[in-house]
Amino acid sequence: MATIFPLRSFGLASDRAAQATTEGAWVRWSLIAVAVVFLGVFLFMPLAVVFASALAKGVSVYFAALREPDALAAIRLTLIAAGIAVPMNLIFGVAAAWAIGKFEFFGKSFLVTLIDLPFAVSPVVSGLIYVLIFGLQGLMGPWLASHDVKIIFAVPGIVLATVFVTFPFVARELIPLVQAQGNEEEEAALTLGASGWQTFFRVTLPNIKWGLLYGVILCNARAMGEFGAVSVVSGHIRSRTNTMPLHIEILYNEYQFAPAFAVASLLALLALVTLLAKSIVEWKSRQQTKQQELFATRQTATPTSISSAGANAA
Amino acid sequence: MKKVLIAIAFIVALTIQGVAQSSPVTLLNVSYDPTRELYQDYNAAFAKYWKAKTGQQVNVQQSHGGSSKQARAVIDGLEADVVTLALAYDIDAIAQNAKLLPANWQSRLPNNSSPYTSTIIFLVRKGNPKGIKDWDDLVRPGVAVITPNPKTSGGARWNYLAAWGYALKRSGGDESKAKDFIAKLYKNVPVLDSGARGATTTFVERGMGDVLIAWENEVLLGAKDLGQDKFEIVVPSLSILCEPTVSVVDKVVDKKGTRAIAEEYLKHLYSPEGQEIAAKRYYRPRSEAAAKKYASQFPKVKLFTLAEIIGDWQKTQKIHFADGGVFDQVYQPNQ
Repeated sequence: MATIFPLRSFGLASDRAAQATTEGAWVRWSLIAVAVVFLGVFLFMPLAVVFASALAKGVSVYFAALREPDALAAIRLTLIAAGIAVPMNLIFGVAAAWAIGKFEFFGKSFLVTLIDLPFAVSPVVSGLIYVLIFGLQGLMGPWLASHDVKIIFAVPGIVLATVFVTFPFVARELIPLVQAQGNEEEEAALTLGASGWQTFFRVTLPNIKWGLLYGVILCNARAMGEFGAVSVVSGHIRSRTNTMPLHIEILYNEYQFAPAFAVASLLALLALVTLLAKSIVEWKSRQQTKQQELFATRQTATPTSISSAGANAA
Repeated sequence: MKKVLIAIAFIVALTIQGVAQSSPVTLLNVSYDPTRELYQDYNAAFAKYWKAKTGQQVNVQQSHGGSSKQARAVIDGLEADVVTLALAYDIDAIAQNAKLLPANWQSRLPNNSSPYTSTIIFLVRKGNPKGIKDWDDLVRPGVAVITPNPKTSGGARWNYLAAWGYALKRSGGDESKAKDFIAKLYKNVPVLDSGARGATTTFVERGMGDVLIAWENEVLLGAKDLGQDKFEIVVPSLSILCEPTVSVVDKVVDKKGTRAIAEEYLKHLYSPEGQEIAAKRYYRPRSEAAAKKYASQFPKVKLFTLAEIIGDWQKTQKIHFADGGVFDQVYQPNQ
C-alpha cells in the first residue's frame, strides 16, 4: 500500500512528544521560550518592521507609493511573469512527475538531476546564462537582432528567467508523491478499459491534486519574489522591465524608504497569503490521505467485494 | 440607422488617424546612478519642449545603475537610444565592443559631449574630528578613507584621478611622487565598495571611515537626505573637472527611427533650460549664464581637467586601471 508520509511523521512526532513529557517542566519551558524568542527575533520582528516602515510616513504616502505609475507597472510585470511561469511549470511539472514517477526509461536519473539544476545554480548565473545566449554579443544575439526579436532586457527574458528558477518547484513536489502512490490504480483503470487521458484525469490527477496545488503555491511565491536572475536580464528600465523586487531596490537606493517598504509590504502580504493557502492545502491533503487509509483498510478487509466487482465489469 | 453607423465609423476612423499622426514615441536613456533626479526633471521638461515644437508626445524611459555595468548592458543588447554615462571610457567601451556607435562619438557634441560637469569633494563627520581640510590630510596615518573600487566604479576613477592630479601638480609633475601619494592614500582605505552608492552607504549607514571621497553633485544633493547635522562638506584646494558624457547610440536609433528626437534630446541639454535643470540638480553647468546664476551653490575650487594631467580616457585606462596598471601596482589590500 502507498506509504503515507505525513501521517507517519506525525506519528513519530507524537512518540517523541510522549518522551519529551518525561523531561522536567523547566526544560520544556526554556526550550519553548528559546524557540519563541528565535521566531520573534528572526521572523516576526522583520515582518513587523516591513509594515511599520511602510506606514512610517502615513497611510496616504503608503497608497501613493502603490498607485505611482512605475509601481503599478512593476506590479503588472510581476503578475505577468508569474502568470506565464506558473502555468508553464504546472504543465511541465506534472508531465515530468508523471514520466519519472510512473515509467522506467533510459536517462531517468539524468532528467531528475536536470530538474534540480535551477536549485543548485545561483540565480545570478541563471540570469547570465540568458545574457550569454540571447545577448547582442551572445550565441543567438546577432540573429535575434537582425530579426528584431527582443529576449533579454525585455519581458520575454524576465519570463524565461522566472520559469528557469521556478522550474523544480512543481516537479519536485510531485515526484515523490507520484512514486509513492505506485501504478496499481492506473493499471486497474487501464484494465477496466479507460483511455490514457481518462486514467490521467480521473485517477492520477485527483490523487496528486493537493500536492500539485502546494507546488503551485510555492512556485508562485518564488516567481513573484525572484530577484537575482531577473535583475541580470532586466536592464532596469523603469515602467517597462522592473518587477516588484527590482522596484523595491531602486526606491531604497533613492532613499525613498517608506515607498520601498510599501511595495515590500505587498510582497510580504503575498507571503502571508501563501502561507495561509499552504496550511489549508496541507490540512486538506492530510484529510485526503486519512480517507485513503480508511478506504484501504476497508478494501483489504473485504476482498470478496472487489473480486466480485471485477467479475461484473468483465 | 445607417447614417448613424456611418457617422460612428467616420469618427472612429478619424480618431485612429489622429492617434496615428501624433503617435507617441518612446526613448530609452541608459544612465548611471546619481543622475536619477536630474533626468526625472529633464525628461518632463523635454517632453513639454518637444510637444510644443512638433506636436508629438515623447515618453523618455530611464535605466540607472553603475556606469560600467550599464555600458555592459548596452553592449549585451539593452536598446538605449541615448547613453548618459559617468565617463567617456564607458561609452568608448560600447563603441569598441559592440560597434553600436562610431569611435569619434565624442566630437559630435560641444564640450567633448559633456553638457554638464561635476567635481570630487569630501564628506566628513560632524565637527570634522580628524581636521581634514585638503588631500594631504587623507594620507595621514590613522585617517580612514572611504572610496569605491576604481576597477568597477566610474565615480571611483574620478576620485583616484583627482588625487593623482593633486599630487602631480603639487610635486611639479613628478610621477613617482604622485604614485607614492596614491599608495599612501589607498593604504588608508579599509574597504573598496564596488560602486559609489555602496561607498556612501558604508560611510553613512555603517559609520565606517573618517572621510568619504565623492561626487560633488551626489554630496550636495544627498546632504539633506543623509542628515545635515551628522556630516560636513569639505572642499579641497584643488580637484578634477569630472566630465560625464552623453551620446546617441547610432545603431539603435537608426533601427527604431528615433535619430532626430534622440539628437534633439541631447542637444537640448545644452540649451538654457537644460543647463538650468542640471544646475538645480547640483551639476555644474557649461553655459556661463547658468553658471553665474547658480554660482552660490557650488563651492569655489580650482579645477584641472583629465587632459591636463594625463590625456584621454583610453590612455588613462591603460596606464592606471588596466591589469598591472598603476592602481594594481600601488594597491595591496593585505598590507
